[in-house]
Amino acid sequence: MTTDNSGDVRLSGIGKTYGAFTAVHPLDLTVPQGSFFALLGASGCGKTTTLRMIAGLEEPTCGTVHLGDQNVTHLPPYKRPVNTVFQSYALFPHLDIFENVAFGLRRRGIKSVKKQVEEMLDLVQLGEQARKKPHQLSGGQQQRVAVARALINHPKVLLLDEPLGALDLKLRRQMQLELKRIQTEVGITFIHVTHDQEEAMTMADTVAVMNGGRVEQLGSPTDLYENPGTTFVANFLGTSNLIEAEIDARSGDDIVLKAGGDKLVLPAARCSAPTPAGGRVLVGIRPEKISLAHADDAGAVPEGRNRLTGRIVDASFIGVSTQYVVESRACAELSVYVQNVERDARLVPGADVVLHWSPAHTFGLDAAQDIDAGTEEEVAA
Amino acid sequence: MSTLTEAPPPLAPAEPAAEPPRRRGRFTPYWLLLPGILWLVVFFALPLVYQASTSVQTGSLEQGYKVTWHFATYWDALSEYWPQFVRSLCYAAGATVLCLLLGYPLAYLIAFRAGRWRNLIMILVIAPFFTSFLIRTLAWKTILADNGVVVHTLGSLHILDLTNWLGWTAGDRVLATPLAVVCGLTYNFLPFMILPLYTSLERIDGRLHEAAGDLYAKPWTTFRKVTFPLSMPGVVSGTLLTFIPAAGDYVNSELLGSTDTRMIGNVIQTQFLRILDYPTAAALSFILMAAILAMVTIYIRRSGTEDLV
Amino acid sequence: MPVVNWLKRHLVVIAGVLTLAYLLLPNVIVTVFSFNKPKGRFNYQWQQFSLDAWKQPCGVADMCNSLSISLQIAVWATLGATVLGTMISFALVRYRFRARGAINSLIFLPMAMPEVVMAASLLTLFLNMGAQLGFWTILIAHVMFCLSFVVTAVKARVMSMDPRLEEAARDLYAGPVQTFLRVTLPIAAPGIAAGALLSFALSFDDFIITNFNAGSTVTFPMFVWGSAQRGTPVQINVIGTAMFLLAVVLVLVSMLINNRRNSQKA
Repeated sequence: MTTDNSGDVRLSGIGKTYGAFTAVHPLDLTVPQGSFFALLGASGCGKTTTLRMIAGLEEPTCGTVHLGDQNVTHLPPYKRPVNTVFQSYALFPHLDIFENVAFGLRRRGIKSVKKQVEEMLDLVQLGEQARKKPHQLSGGQQQRVAVARALINHPKVLLLDEPLGALDLKLRRQMQLELKRIQTEVGITFIHVTHDQEEAMTMADTVAVMNGGRVEQLGSPTDLYENPGTTFVANFLGTSNLIEAEIDARSGDDIVLKAGGDKLVLPAARCSAPTPAGGRVLVGIRPEKISLAHADDAGAVPEGRNRLTGRIVDASFIGVSTQYVVESRACAELSVYVQNVERDARLVPGADVVLHWSPAHTFGLDAAQDIDAGTEEEVAA
Repeated sequence: MSTLTEAPPPLAPAEPAAEPPRRRGRFTPYWLLLPGILWLVVFFALPLVYQASTSVQTGSLEQGYKVTWHFATYWDALSEYWPQFVRSLCYAAGATVLCLLLGYPLAYLIAFRAGRWRNLIMILVIAPFFTSFLIRTLAWKTILADNGVVVHTLGSLHILDLTNWLGWTAGDRVLATPLAVVCGLTYNFLPFMILPLYTSLERIDGRLHEAAGDLYAKPWTTFRKVTFPLSMPGVVSGTLLTFIPAAGDYVNSELLGSTDTRMIGNVIQTQFLRILDYPTAAALSFILMAAILAMVTIYIRRSGTEDLV
Repeated sequence: MPVVNWLKRHLVVIAGVLTLAYLLLPNVIVTVFSFNKPKGRFNYQWQQFSLDAWKQPCGVADMCNSLSISLQIAVWATLGATVLGTMISFALVRYRFRARGAINSLIFLPMAMPEVVMAASLLTLFLNMGAQLGFWTILIAHVMFCLSFVVTAVKARVMSMDPRLEEAARDLYAGPVQTFLRVTLPIAAPGIAAGALLSFALSFDDFIITNFNAGSTVTFPMFVWGSAQRGTPVQINVIGTAMFLLAVVLVLVSMLINNRRNSQKA
């Protein structure tokens, strides 16, 4: 840890209620200096409210916000060393690009802004466009102006509110890399709000998954993906197969489970739920971790792997992989992604198959949760 | 790495206590509203109350007036001036219909067919506003003069015979007849019809016309089934903006009409400024207001466009 | 029949152009008759071409005086109505408060009221208060009826404004005053300008309400009204023509400037 912690953002017990509605339940969060932090969640999960409380645009109902050692909870936004890249950018339509970028400097009484603004515009490759009005630029260019307008002030923390939401997919990819590059270059703390799990995972060092005004889980992208702690995280980040199972026994570091007559093994360390014998847990496995073998080749499946038998209900070819839906006794609908290396012509709908995977890839969740939390249908509803 | 459990650094003791939360702007709206609303209350609403009170007073200029709840003034005023009332509403209705018939094509033209002429035509519609409307109304005296081109043409085409038979004109004249007054009213309030019509027509997506054409609608059917219904908000506000001021107008009747075309506005003006019979004038004004408000309310309800403001 | 077909296709254009002619005919007459040299007191019949009136626009007693009174009233009424109306618009769009419905009606009603009713009732108030009719009563009346139009124009503009723009300004170190001056006001400016322009036109041209509440003060429209009875000087047409031309030229110039600016940037 560096000695300079003035870019730390520390939220303690911060919460926001509107009348009877709680947008953000009191939460604690520390974002260290220089990190790229993402707040991820569906719309209405409280992520934007949290961001706005850090910016000072929203007054928290309870709790405090610290920047480094300074308590900024009640400072108005224009006195905080924090800048925001707004959703849909909020570029001033009556000012040209140069004046938009110079706005913050001028408000702080800096007289000679020309050099700084030009340098900043060059950094985002918009030197040529300085005298255009915002509406004359493309979406991607506007986005870069918004970033430049915030960064020129050398904020301690840069807040990004769905900054890429208005861009099309290709441009979004490009801007993700661009933002990541800028962050590495300037080395300041970025807090990024998004509903796009892919975006959060590609860009951030640390992701906090929010749901219903609470932080569900916090960790590195790989950590969250490989070892989700709740069904919401399991379903919201990528896709998970969740199978209801009964705890049969414990053998060493593993838990042995029964699911629809089949035996499954789960490392105890990868289970976030209490595991009394006879209790129930949800067994999770990512679709790409499962291997698929035709029933005729069942004998070739190595020992020590979790295995289920079933029948293919649906297969869709999407280029890099084929996505199968398999029906089995343990679970009505299992997704399996098979890399498109050597296609087995026998794997068509109706074929009997054996699914198998390494127990080390299995994770266990508390069965008391909603099994569909965080799936697309559930989030959209 | 960031964690939830990291120990918070100790607060620097030198740090001054952050400002207490301020209840920002709780009274701001009231301060913003106060002067303007006060102005409207004192100089618009209060006068209406005074007027209502005056209408039930009796007395004389010399001895002063007192509230005696003399509602008979209303009855007397109505029974004496009902022809002017009816005339006002008829003229205003006629002018409104004419404005709609004349204004719609022009608004349509500006919205869909004008192309690069659009701005120029808009300027020409608005620019007359900048010449005093009294001067422009006086110009109609020249246009409709007894020996002028217009009257000659109408006479030789025997249109005057028709309008004479309808009672809109008299003899060889157009000036000093109902036709001249309605013509003047139409002229004066036409821009108030065109502008709202244009605004609502302009909002219509041009592709709707193509879609209607694609779905086998002929141009006229497209207009009836698509364009006109979508322009209803403009039609409603345009007719209101024309009818209301036209019904209370007395300038056109005075300048282009005769004693036989006197409207209720003329009566109120004469009673107030020349005869100085304040109770009668106040009662007439009150009746006019009530009649128009009632008609407007019913009209707005029936046309289902309540978001005019 | 090709002619019939052509007529059918261009029916809207023909009807629209005819309406436009109807709208502009009086202005043409006003302009032409500003070069007339009438016999007698009234300028309704063409006699002969003359530049007399243009050479001496203020040659008629009291006319230019009334013009100056009208201009003064229009300027002050515009200023008053624009400031008060803009304040109301911001309150209506930006804040929640009690009695919103009543306030909306109070703003809408003056626009839905025949002028003669407002004129008569205001006169009743002034008579009851024993106020001296004149410049100030006219000004009060003009601010009153212009207010609603300003509110309507400004409200529309402020409503379509993205609240995030002001948040962005505050985020970029602009305090409340700076935010208002640098962001809110410039963006609302077109609406405010439209309201002000409308106010000026309405006030300058108002006759009915002014006529009731003017006392012995004579504004330009009242001068024209009086002259319709006593005799119409040609100078009235000169003023009318000049105003029309001035308005058209001003609008054209501002449009040209706008076009040039846009084409330079594009």
